[in-house]
Amino acid sequence: MSDAPRPAGVSPWGRRLVIAVPYLWLLVFFLAPFFIVLKISFSDTVIALPPYEPVLDIAKGWQGVTEWWAGLDAENYGILFEDELYVASYLSSLRIATISTLLTLLIAYPMAYGMARAPKGWRPMLLMAVILPFWTSLLIRVYAWIGILSPEGLLNAFLLGTGIISEPLYIMNTETAVFIGIVYSYLPFMVLPLYASLEKLDDTLLEAAADLGSPPWKAFWQITVPLSLPGVIAGCFLVFIPAVGEFVIPDLLGGSETLMIGKTLYNEFFMNRDWPVSSAIAVLLLLVLVLPIAIYNNVQVREVEAKK
Amino acid sequence: MTPYASPSLPRLDDPMALKPAQKALGPIRRSFAPWLDPSAVPLIRFENVVKRFGDFTAVDNVSIDIHQREFFALLGPSGCGKTTLMRMLAGFEEPTSGRITLAGQDLVGVPPYRRPVNMMFQSYALFPHMSVEQNIAFGLKQDKLPKAEIEARVKEMLRLVKLETFAARKPHQLSGGQRQRVALARSLAKRPKVLLLDEPLGALDKKLREETQFELMDLQMELGLTFLIVTHDQEEAMTVADRIAVMNHGKLVQVATPGEIYEQPSCRYVAGFIGDINLFEAEVTASSGGAVTLKSEEVGAAFSAAGEAAPGASVALAVRPEKVRISIDPPPADATNVLKGEVWDIAYLGDWTVFLVKAENSEKIVRVSRANVMRSEAQPIAWDDKVHVWFAPDAGVLLTS
Repeated sequence: MSDAPRPAGVSPWGRRLVIAVPYLWLLVFFLAPFFIVLKISFSDTVIALPPYEPVLDIAKGWQGVTEWWAGLDAENYGILFEDELYVASYLSSLRIATISTLLTLLIAYPMAYGMARAPKGWRPMLLMAVILPFWTSLLIRVYAWIGILSPEGLLNAFLLGTGIISEPLYIMNTETAVFIGIVYSYLPFMVLPLYASLEKLDDTLLEAAADLGSPPWKAFWQITVPLSLPGVIAGCFLVFIPAVGEFVIPDLLGGSETLMIGKTLYNEFFMNRDWPVSSAIAVLLLLVLVLPIAIYNNVQVREVEAKK
Repeated sequence: MTPYASPSLPRLDDPMALKPAQKALGPIRRSFAPWLDPSAVPLIRFENVVKRFGDFTAVDNVSIDIHQREFFALLGPSGCGKTTLMRMLAGFEEPTSGRITLAGQDLVGVPPYRRPVNMMFQSYALFPHMSVEQNIAFGLKQDKLPKAEIEARVKEMLRLVKLETFAARKPHQLSGGQRQRVALARSLAKRPKVLLLDEPLGALDKKLREETQFELMDLQMELGLTFLIVTHDQEEAMTVADRIAVMNHGKLVQVATPGEIYEQPSCRYVAGFIGDINLFEAEVTASSGGAVTLKSEEVGAAFSAAGEAAPGASVALAVRPEKVRISIDPPPADATNVLKGEVWDIAYLGDWTVFLVKAENSEKIVRVSRANVMRSEAQPIAWDDKVHVWFAPDAGVLLTS
């Protein structure tokens, strides 16, 4: 660090301060809450305030610390594996998130491709259109889907009115509704990285492929798809990771049989008031997601390195 | 047989395929001039090709015949339509009207991936996610050649461009010169009937560019292919090409060998575009038996020159700087076309010295270049010296347009 030439007018302390800001942010808003949750996950539930023990009593001094430490155990994690509800919730979440991610990719790729191939003057407007839904709260937009998908909603009214179907479709409160909700809500997160990588694609590469005997549909698979892979990977993780822990969409659109870890966690926390078990659920969820997050980061770093 | 196997070629060592030596202008590279043979069938024919983009006419009624094994250059300033012409041959653009045929086959409507031509792109357009090897093999894989043959061909190409040890590298791990070689190998791998080169050496530095020009020529000889190069660099075109087509504003101005283009330009534009030239605007005062007398108001002098022109016609007498002599002493008694002047500027280039001489009683600057055959001179010419410049009657070319 000291070897790097210093920009004029920046003192070493100013430099350190700038570097410290993101770390401080992570410390205060990620690590501190995480350690609180981690600690609660090793506690026992009690009917009290707060609803867990042990609570660190600083007034007792060193003895308080040892008592507090002795009161912690991993019992809650055992519960997660004993009760099949939790394992089923995790697996169901991963399954729903995987399917929704693939559906999102399937819809987002042609969208992003179309945007990247659109005349230059249109592109800012199209980008704007993709981001536009963010201007309304997610909750309100999910409620709007209830209005669309319910048996007497807009979709059924339209399909019944035009005579395409004679019986209303029961989409509301099913897993299908959850898929629709997730795909709809996370579509921009998929479109934007895909667009970014497709837009960079040099047209002469496709000309070169055609010149060497590759018809357009083949060139798409040989050139366009591999070169947009970083965007595909980024988009998939940006959708998959939050989708696993999604709560609002399965809660509002899904039925009672839709099992997702976010919903289970919510019930544990607010219905059972079992903070330690719900904290354990949260910590385990994080561990489940660390692997894909690590892969995602690795890919990003490698891509940056490759550009150097 | 691959779809690109060449039909029987006239062999260079076959005396029947060669024309008797013609009176040639400039040095003769080799006795290869099928364009002079009226019975020769050209490989590529552009017939009255027009290309419009909206109101803009990029290519305006161009007809060119290019022969098998020719190294043909399209030369012109940017925006002259040379690249569009090449892209129409590759199939990336369709002509608005006119016909392009390759070995007798009409190419209009044939998509680029079915044309037996390959292009080396100005930006190289290497596939960044593929290794050098995979880039070179790409075209062969499209033809579904057997694996062993693809491997053999890739090896051969790597050897040809001297990149054997770089086979596994990705394009971003190569230098500019190496990338250029990969692009060349990739475009040659399919053994196309015609190789198109779009400003292929533009990104290389001068030394490497000159080296590569000679390599390209050797390669073209060795492989016996037809090369079509697009360039704005007249030196490059002169170096590599058998014939050059000079284009301007979408129109063909002159098609000729480098020697003819330089020594016998067809008009003021070509004369000025290729190399340096002195143009004396003049009027023909007398003409007889292949010799004319001119009067130039511009420099207030009379010239005698070789050529045919009707008395009274306005012409330009074009004289290359190296064909003008210069000295402080009066010229020999039999010297013709003598002008007096004053040295305005001197540029010493090592091998050459260029003198800009302001002609007496006029604003005309005459450009004179002289090879520095000796290391020192008895009577060096300096700034502001009064000098004589002169040239032989057959040193100049009469230009009427």
